[in-house]
Amino acid sequence: MKYVDEFRDGEKARVLIGEIESLVSGMKLPEGRPLYLMEVCGGHTHSIFRYGLEGMLPKAIELVHGPGCPVCVLPMGRVDDCVAIAENPKVIFTTFGDAMRVPGSRKSLLQAKADGADVRMVYSPMDALQLARRNPAREVVFFGLGFETTMPSTALTILQAESEGIRNFSVFCNHITIVPTIKAILDSPGLQLDGFLGPGHVSMVIGTAPYEFIANFYRKPMVVAGFEPLDILQSIWMLLKQIAEGRVEVENQYARVVPSEGNNAALRAVAQVYELREFFEWRGLGSIDHSGVRLRDAYVHFDAERKFAIPNVRIADPKSCQCGEVLKGALKPWQCKVFGTSCTPETPLGALMVSSEGACAAYYQYGGQKRQAEVV
Amino acid sequence: MNFVPFVKTRTRGKVNVSSVTLAHGGGGKAMKDLIDDVFLTAFGEHACEPLEDQARFDLAVFAAHGDRLAFTTDSFVVDPLFFPGGDIGKLAVCGTVNDLAVGGAVPMYLSCAVIIEEGVQIDLLRQVALSMARTASQAGVQIVTGDTKVVPRGACDKIFITTTGVGAIPASLALGVDKARAGDAVLVNGLLGDHGAAILCARGDMALETPIASDCACLHELIGAILAAAPGTRFIRDATRGGVATVLNEIADGSGVSIEIEEGMTPIREEVKAFCEVLGLDPLYLANEGKIVVIVPPDQAEAALAAMRRDPLGLDAARIGRITSDQDSRVMMRTSFGGHRMVDMLVGEQLPRIC
Repeated sequence: MKYVDEFRDGEKARVLIGEIESLVSGMKLPEGRPLYLMEVCGGHTHSIFRYGLEGMLPKAIELVHGPGCPVCVLPMGRVDDCVAIAENPKVIFTTFGDAMRVPGSRKSLLQAKADGADVRMVYSPMDALQLARRNPAREVVFFGLGFETTMPSTALTILQAESEGIRNFSVFCNHITIVPTIKAILDSPGLQLDGFLGPGHVSMVIGTAPYEFIANFYRKPMVVAGFEPLDILQSIWMLLKQIAEGRVEVENQYARVVPSEGNNAALRAVAQVYELREFFEWRGLGSIDHSGVRLRDAYVHFDAERKFAIPNVRIADPKSCQCGEVLKGALKPWQCKVFGTSCTPETPLGALMVSSEGACAAYYQYGGQKRQAEVV
Repeated sequence: MNFVPFVKTRTRGKVNVSSVTLAHGGGGKAMKDLIDDVFLTAFGEHACEPLEDQARFDLAVFAAHGDRLAFTTDSFVVDPLFFPGGDIGKLAVCGTVNDLAVGGAVPMYLSCAVIIEEGVQIDLLRQVALSMARTASQAGVQIVTGDTKVVPRGACDKIFITTTGVGAIPASLALGVDKARAGDAVLVNGLLGDHGAAILCARGDMALETPIASDCACLHELIGAILAAAPGTRFIRDATRGGVATVLNEIADGSGVSIEIEEGMTPIREEVKAFCEVLGLDPLYLANEGKIVVIVPPDQAEAALAAMRRDPLGLDAARIGRITSDQDSRVMMRTSFGGHRMVDMLVGEQLPRIC
């Protein structure tokens, strides 16, 4: 495939791995541990496992799989709210595919569907709006989920619905923002991260400037990275080069897609439709200030949260779940007490085991069981 | 009812309405007319008569082909009923013919049970029946008995078909999922994932248009050619739901071996690759309806491949990997990028990722 295969060239990978090895061999590593590099985005986690990148890197580099999978950081109470809305007989509840399996305290959306709720998988919020046009007697609710990557498409759909005067469409808004999340990780006690691979898709919208505080204030290097395997290897090489040269900067490896100033049209739609929530709860990370958005009052008629009576109850994660520690990089997935035993992709306790971008599911599917055996 | 033998004197019924009603499942004249007009017209080379509740065979017919009877059943539900490369009728015949053939059996007779939703157009049903008849005829198998049921609107999705097949297994063959051995070659007969991608596109809910057509086909002749060219063949399975990844895991589990496949050697159409990229799907898990995984001893791999490539249904046949001596019953893929990853059983349905 043109513009894809070029970034999956095994020969070029070998050259890059050689460069990475020689950089690492000349570096002074932190006392008693490898270099910990966190890829923030779940899409990176997926690529890392899909192409077997971890096994190709020198042992002195350890990748930490961060909180960038929006499905994985969804708190259980929010899934319960979705189920409650979906169980309203007037509602057609629409959602992205991988959110359907996330467990709530009672059931997942997939189970709600099996129990009779009208839950439908869509590929974009525009598909949900189309359903609303076709079903004027029903209320079509779209489960708005994701970071700045998906936030503009939901905003633009709401603006479209507004311009057409459609009133049987609403959004259950659970969109979240990346910067406060990274800040929460950087503020974690005992942080042991040496650099970040910045999220490519999010940055395509917000640009690179919002990350400057990571380098300037927290003194951690970041490279905004693309999703193809060569992108990721090159980004790792760029991070190591910064560390080796004593530089701490925000660099952009994904410049072919990410403009440093972001996408103005998308940002305008986001600013028009959403406002920051004071608090938003994340699974495993607790409440993070200003990390979520809701619809502005001007769009209240599209806000499912205000249109429907929802339980809005905080549900604590199962005690055995250690998703939070894994998200912050304090634990590797296979070090979690329930990984591969009571928590599997078939019966996920934590959301990290649900989405294919979740670190636990990726380890489990792409080789985690072997590592688990080694650890046990 | 039974479609053979027939009695020439009976007057054939005729359906005079445009859609199926509950009366067509009521056991009376309307049902007889539906069976006569739609199914017997399609399936019978001559006019057939449902007289008995079972088809009857002379066992010598089977004995002439082998020393064991092969018997299989499968149900077919697909949305949409007609898709590029096939339809539910073709699928129902090919699927069961292939289920017989992968065990080495010569497919001979099929049954067909059809559950029809009230309101289905008679013409649509007729097209499905004709497609079944055409596919069976091309495959050299006979549809000899069947059943129809009509259920109220909403109780099923238009048409469900169950086909059961019988055939005979030649005495020389003993294929088995437990027979793979370290060093054996893993072969496939062509491009993977076409059916799954074609169906997803045909549903039209992804706003994606592709030229991908289903690979739906009867594979018994191709399989016969493989078994003749590579008599030591250990195991064959058609890679339907769950795709090649699932079949490989079943072999690893059944034989207590591990399998290593090469991403670069695994044949996948560019369009299917691109389709999977867009939706975040893995083509190894996409369904196929005309692809088999074949395990052969290494010294017979080239002969099996050559036999496949001589058949139109095996032009893109490839050796995708080998059985390894690792006894963890794992399937690993060496990525074309140079890394390794595990290819595990699929959990639930493949769901497109959020971004």
